[in-house]
Amino acid sequence: MTAQPTSPQFKQNATRALADAQLQRALGNVRQGFIEKRAAVAAKLPEFEALRDSARDIKNHALEHLDIYLESYEKKVTEAGGHVHWARDAREAREAILAICRKAGAKTVTKGKSMISEEIGLNAALEDASITPVETDLGEYIIQLRNEMPSHIIAPAVHLNATQVESDFRRVHNHLDAARDLSEPVQLLGEARAVLRERFLAADVGITGANFLIAETGTSVIVTNEGNGDLTQILPRVHIVIASIEKVVPTLDDAAQILRVLARSATGQEMSVYTTFSTGPRRPEDADGPDEYHVVILDNGRSSMLGTAFQDMLRCIRCGACMNHCPVYHAVGGHAYGWVYPGPMGAVLTPSLIGVDKAGHLPNASTFCGRCESVCPVRIPLPKLMRHWREREFERHLSPATVRSGLAFWGFFARRPALYRLATRVAMAGLGWLGRDKGKFASLPLAGNWTDYRDFPAPQGGTFQSQWKQRRQGAAK
Amino acid sequence: MSNGLGAREEILRTIRRSLGVNGQERPRVDGARDRLERSPKGLVPERGQLPPAERVALFRAQAEASFATVDEVDTAADVPASVADYLRRNNLPARVRLAPDPRIAAMPWGQTALETSSGRSDGGDLIAVNHAFGGVAETGTLALVSGPDTPTTLNFLPDYAIAVVSAKDIEGAYEQLWDRIRQRYGKGQMPRTVNWVTGPSRSGDIEQTLLLGAHGPRSVHIVVVRD
Repeated sequence: MTAQPTSPQFKQNATRALADAQLQRALGNVRQGFIEKRAAVAAKLPEFEALRDSARDIKNHALEHLDIYLESYEKKVTEAGGHVHWARDAREAREAILAICRKAGAKTVTKGKSMISEEIGLNAALEDASITPVETDLGEYIIQLRNEMPSHIIAPAVHLNATQVESDFRRVHNHLDAARDLSEPVQLLGEARAVLRERFLAADVGITGANFLIAETGTSVIVTNEGNGDLTQILPRVHIVIASIEKVVPTLDDAAQILRVLARSATGQEMSVYTTFSTGPRRPEDADGPDEYHVVILDNGRSSMLGTAFQDMLRCIRCGACMNHCPVYHAVGGHAYGWVYPGPMGAVLTPSLIGVDKAGHLPNASTFCGRCESVCPVRIPLPKLMRHWREREFERHLSPATVRSGLAFWGFFARRPALYRLATRVAMAGLGWLGRDKGKFASLPLAGNWTDYRDFPAPQGGTFQSQWKQRRQGAAK
Repeated sequence: MSNGLGAREEILRTIRRSLGVNGQERPRVDGARDRLERSPKGLVPERGQLPPAERVALFRAQAEASFATVDEVDTAADVPASVADYLRRNNLPARVRLAPDPRIAAMPWGQTALETSSGRSDGGDLIAVNHAFGGVAETGTLALVSGPDTPTTLNFLPDYAIAVVSAKDIEGAYEQLWDRIRQRYGKGQMPRTVNWVTGPSRSGDIEQTLLLGAHGPRSVHIVVVRD
């Protein structure tokens, strides 16, 4: 698997996704569960909104002092007996990891869930070096068997149904009894647990990501529900952490503040099952733990986002709430976005990391409904940042001719208010009259891309401007 | 360092250039140093600030809401009988792996019918007993540390993980736990691993169905010692 983007084909990807019945059924699991669970757990903590402010402020402070905290962090890791490796780009990160694995004589590497690993295309690099990477998060394991990218940053296999997982397990676990019953999800989980347990015990190196790096103590933090990230790091002789520069926070207390909003925003849990703070290799007297501890710190374009409007995006703690609440994500799923990061956060981050020329479609795939920003635990102004990308795309003449001529057509009217009012009044009245029986249109000329997937509501009453005028007059009286 | 100093220096230089700083500005450096030294607490929710008795009750309620089970005993000497009773209730074999911890070693395991052994786990143990460093009431979270006496493998490899925690070590909020970690290990120092554990292992990766017992323990049982 590589991190080769298909983002330039977003429209084709989306069209295919909308017609994919399996995918649409699986996406039904996203549209409700995550949203209800988050709302319920947020309602149970009166300080939740204030904690979001606190988390935002801590990340802002950390980013404003990033060089200082990275240096403090590095010093503490080294003091604890660990090693820090800096990587400007994906290639340097892959090389650093391969060098450590080769030195350890690694044949098998177990992996905890890491989006950075996807970003740098690590599995393909390991395979090319004849080292077998084994993803151990259940969702990541499933998509590795299918040679797919994750379709969600915290639920990588959310685009699949249990029957698809069953057929993959039957195909790959062919040493097991073909007559076994795998009709229930719990049986699938049990089989994965047994197969992966052997892999955990046999691995030479374990690679995890990091939710946070703590400058105060030189600690890396992972948050999981399965415990796979822990078995990945305590059993092999070597533990490698791969993390990007913006993961650093000042203190243990700062991490605690952010942890209070992370799980609640992500899965709607009060707390994830396992939050693990790792500092250096095992101490000489320790009963267990890895002999070597390495951290690979990746930049890959992030340092250039500082000082720009996109600095806000570096606050992201990868909870997935924005995509869980996004009507576009609900409709097309994560793969349509064509690279590692889907949904609203991907629509902002991907153009920064791979270029707006390749990912310009993504910030356009938004209705600007604002739900993403309203649930973001660190209050990233995602719609505003998507609008920045649209402006840049337009300025650089990257928008397609149809978009530019459409905007020019609209601009002609917008600059002539009397004509604009007349034209919209006539058009709305006409559409309203045509749709007066059903109140909606199942098909409309020139709007097939809309009406193929949902009805177009017939206008009722006057235009927005005339209603606004009436309301203002009503309020004045 | 496999990439030499080039990558490090260039990343730090780009960060400083993007932020419009040279890295030497006193107020800025002092601001960061001050935060590292003072480690300000931030906002601690009200539920994390309860008096001790209510704290244990909240810890218990929150742990049970995360599908852990909890028993309370009066003294450390009551722990072995409580563990034996838990195993009997769940039809589990009377064989446990114990953490080589002096507090656990001092308990009267010989007064039960349990077959015990001591040390880290290599994956062959069904049931293990470890001693927690503490707990956090606000979310019913156990805090366990690595060390010679408290192997981390006991928290993850067995199917049934049992943790003993003293009521006096149950803090209201995470911040108080960090204070105790700093007292024990020194400011800026940590053991190799601190594990926060909130209930048994689980996954929702198949059709968002919550299933317990993913890779870690299928069951987490907590024995709170009141004395």
